Amino acid sequence: MLEPSSVGIIAAKTAHFSQPLRLKSGEILPQFDLVYETYGTLNANKSNAVLICHALSGSHHVAGKYSTDDKYSGWWDNLVGPNKPLDTNKFFVIGVNNLGGCHGSSGPTSINPETVKAFGSKFPVLTVEDWVNSQTLLADYLGITQLAAIVGGSLGGMQALQWTIAYPERVRHALVIASAPNLTAQNIAFNEVARQAIITDPEFHDGDYYEYGVVPRRGLRIARMLGHITYLSDDAMGAKFGRKLKDSIKYTFDVEFEMESYLRYQGDKFAGEFDANTYLRMTRALDYFDPALRYDADLSKALANVKAKFLVVSFTSDWRFSPARSREIVKALLDNELSVSYAEVTAAHGHDAFLMPDAHYHNILRNYLSSIEVGAIK
Amino acid sequence: MIQNNVKNANSMTNFRHDFAIIAGWVPFGAKVLDLGCGDGALLHYLSGSLEVRGYGVEKDDKNWLTCMSQGINVIQMDLEAGLSGFEAQSFDVVILSQTLQAVHNTEGIVREMLRIGREVIVTFPNFGYWRHRSQLIFGHMPVSKNLPYQWYDTPNVHLCTINDFDEFCVNCSITVKQRLVLTDNKPVTFMPNLMGSLAMYRLRAPK
Repeated sequence: MLEPSSVGIIAAKTAHFSQPLRLKSGEILPQFDLVYETYGTLNANKSNAVLICHALSGSHHVAGKYSTDDKYSGWWDNLVGPNKPLDTNKFFVIGVNNLGGCHGSSGPTSINPETVKAFGSKFPVLTVEDWVNSQTLLADYLGITQLAAIVGGSLGGMQALQWTIAYPERVRHALVIASAPNLTAQNIAFNEVARQAIITDPEFHDGDYYEYGVVPRRGLRIARMLGHITYLSDDAMGAKFGRKLKDSIKYTFDVEFEMESYLRYQGDKFAGEFDANTYLRMTRALDYFDPALRYDADLSKALANVKAKFLVVSFTSDWRFSPARSREIVKALLDNELSVSYAEVTAAHGHDAFLMPDAHYHNILRNYLSSIEVGAIK
Repeated sequence: MIQNNVKNANSMTNFRHDFAIIAGWVPFGAKVLDLGCGDGALLHYLSGSLEVRGYGVEKDDKNWLTCMSQGINVIQMDLEAGLSGFEAQSFDVVILSQTLQAVHNTEGIVREMLRIGREVIVTFPNFGYWRHRSQLIFGHMPVSKNLPYQWYDTPNVHLCTINDFDEFCVNCSITVKQRLVLTDNKPVTFMPNLMGSLAMYRLRAPK
């Protein structure tokens, strides 16, 4: 069943790009596909487009369902739809699967036309800059010169920030949520553990596991379990699971605590639908993002050409992308006298809070987005 | 400048003479930081009359949302947690409008304001105002237009008199560039610590 504020039944589309894309690593993608979805209607002067950038495990499927009996809606369905905070009566919303992804855009699981086999390990390592460059090509393809806004949480927020740095004329508003100007050493460390879990899985085969008809399921599962721990707060875990047992203590290493059951369930679910090579690339893109690097670690200098207006949001219990990291972005924007509002939302859910429909948080997004002028809709 | 602002302000339903005076102290187009900006009324006023590039700091969710929804740039943070996120001398004017009495780390915050702003404006309700004193004489904590809270339900923690604040500035080697005292929107020059209900200061950093 579809609720009235759902964008409804959606079909993904594919844009093919036959021009080569030069990547930050120096490698060149001779051609590539980007799979995307759109919600709402692009207005006549094409001034109402909003791009949603996804985080580590997201996709282009932001809102709606693929069929009436589809069990799940898109990953940010609570935000996007008619009369929702990101109102599709007003905006033309674009969701895109990033390059290197495993939901239809060119990535390690795609067939390399030269070898007629999956790219696997041969698919290049990507950066946030590469993603943003490819997203501008998608905007061109859709005939959009300037986006009304870019919305992104976590790794998606990094893409929104990068857009404003690299393409200052092409974005009017950036909503950077639960994000950071770069990863801390601790964050890189978590990513490294996740990658090691995948790479040391005997079924990884140096990234060419497709040829062996296997997937490094155990590694991917552990990587996701670790991720889940860091996306939640200790308090949220305590409130949800505490020390609850499924049954009683049995003196085994099977699932005895509810917490274990949840982690294993999440790990199994993810390992069944996500690609390990994509996971490696997504975490690497996170590690590498550091726009201030070229400017003696001075983020304010890195943002010197930015023109967009910003809404920056963090969550009090988010220790993976803590409020302090968002405040670094805010400071750099202030140093450049840019328009910025910053909210520190009191929330118990840790990093995952950015996907939750908290009333105050959604009011913030709703009010900010409703103030964006887009001109006539039709 | 003040004349113009007073004219503009008169058309507003809720005329705030203290806002008009602050507007007279803020240069046109200045970069302004309003600490504890509440619902953004002062910044809204200054943006309209002086086209300032304004930023507010506010910790309360509801006030923050009101500011942001009006298009005011507002940073959600607790003043007490420190203002190190603001560069030295990065604002033309830093304002603490009727918030001084509600901060714990008074000296630290005033010093930070003097670090961040080339000009600092502080306003506060004068606890020494005769109406406040008379309420105390009759055995009650003062409640007034500028001190609208009951003793058990007040955000105010550091109430002071004009004499107290003057002494504070001397002790901290802060130069008072200008001081204005108001009662019922009118300037008070005779015995200001007794007759004045609202104190307004322009401060300069210690040399």
